[in-house]
Amino acid sequence: MSSNVRERMIRRAAREIRGGMTVNLGIGLPTKVIDFIAADTSVCLHSENGIAGVGPSLSHDNADRNLIDAGGAYVSTLPGTSFFDSAVSFALVRRGRLDLTILGAFQVAQNGDLANWTIPGKFTPGAGGAIELAQKARRVVILTTHQDKHGQSKIVRKCSLPLTAPACVSRIYTDMAVLDVTDGGMVLRECAEGLSVEEVVAATDAPLIIPGTDLATF
Amino acid sequence: MKMSDKEIAIEDAIAQIDDGSSVMIGGFGVPGTPFCLIDELVRQGQKGLTIIKNDANETGMGVDHLLANGQVDKLIVTHIGLNPRAIEMMNDNRLEVEFCAQGILAERIRSAGAGLFGFLTDIGIDTKLSEGKTIIEFEGQPSLIEKALRADFALIHASRADTFGNLVYAASAQNFNPLMAMAADRVLVETEELLPLGDIPPETVHTPGPFVDCLVTLSKLTEDYNVVQR
Repeated sequence: MSSNVRERMIRRAAREIRGGMTVNLGIGLPTKVIDFIAADTSVCLHSENGIAGVGPSLSHDNADRNLIDAGGAYVSTLPGTSFFDSAVSFALVRRGRLDLTILGAFQVAQNGDLANWTIPGKFTPGAGGAIELAQKARRVVILTTHQDKHGQSKIVRKCSLPLTAPACVSRIYTDMAVLDVTDGGMVLRECAEGLSVEEVVAATDAPLIIPGTDLATF
Repeated sequence: MKMSDKEIAIEDAIAQIDDGSSVMIGGFGVPGTPFCLIDELVRQGQKGLTIIKNDANETGMGVDHLLANGQVDKLIVTHIGLNPRAIEMMNDNRLEVEFCAQGILAERIRSAGAGLFGFLTDIGIDTKLSEGKTIIEFEGQPSLIEKALRADFALIHASRADTFGNLVYAASAQNFNPLMAMAADRVLVETEELLPLGDIPPETVHTPGPFVDCLVTLSKLTEDYNVVQR
């Protein structure tokens, strides 16, 4: 994936974030969304390790050794930031105070099932906070590459990997498409610039509903 | 009246730990991890330990030394993605790993610390993580019983303490520390700064002194506490 395509998908996902929201960004690609939030948008970023109001990340030279986000990046405070313990941090999540979480994925199924914590026998990093984020954030969207490094579609009919949470995903942003999970199935909303609907469908294991001929691009 | 003084030598603090003990260790990544207490535990070499911690640190740091030294039988954690040794030992069946959802691990520890037996939740109910757990119907809703999690010992890192063991944590170094400091039978604390009684304003105390058994003052911080250069 070219850096241009990568930037476009992250920029597109960043449009999820509206003023006044409390938001958790998952480790990896979702964290990059920070760079594309407009400076005048009021948003409170939550981090699992006990921060509400995560500020911009800092270089190693300027870092505070005691202040990281859940992904291990050195971050700063803002006027209004608070610190708390891990029980309070997840009370905030389970109580429904997160408006939005953007998470990564190994697989997402057409009904919104999410798998992102284990590839049994190969790579089991553990779920960290993902189970509670996926189950309890008011809106769960996924930001991921459309295919894994072997060219297999991550957008699948049914997850073959153990689930993080069932039927939790509302929308998926990939390098190829924007997809919505609906009661009737998975709907293709937008295609990446330069890709045809047929190319997206061919690259996707899950069946896609195509709502019209004039889809937006990003 | 005067509060007791709990400061002891690091060797004496860790020497209380026996083979086969369960040990909670504070920290999330570097912040809040009591590296000096862990290093002393590595030096003394107690074996057959169950370690309860958010993560397994990174290669060459903290819990990784305990794993490399063959001291750990079981890990209860939420995430080990930054420790390839832990993943490899787990895949080779040389290490038992119990994964918890992060907030559920925190709440199980908090429950034990609050003298409760457990709690009901819907977290993880339709996933592999609910395997082996009891599900009951409660007020019309399927609910999973999560058991409180206690330990024989807790190793805690504070940025400041007074001699009675009132503790203050810095920034994101709080994480699991205040919870674990309530949930273990013996609570061993290392502090960067030890202050006289009265120097910590009562309303700023994170962990109240009655939860703390022993205090170790760190004369200097090892490299592990520094900013990690990735």
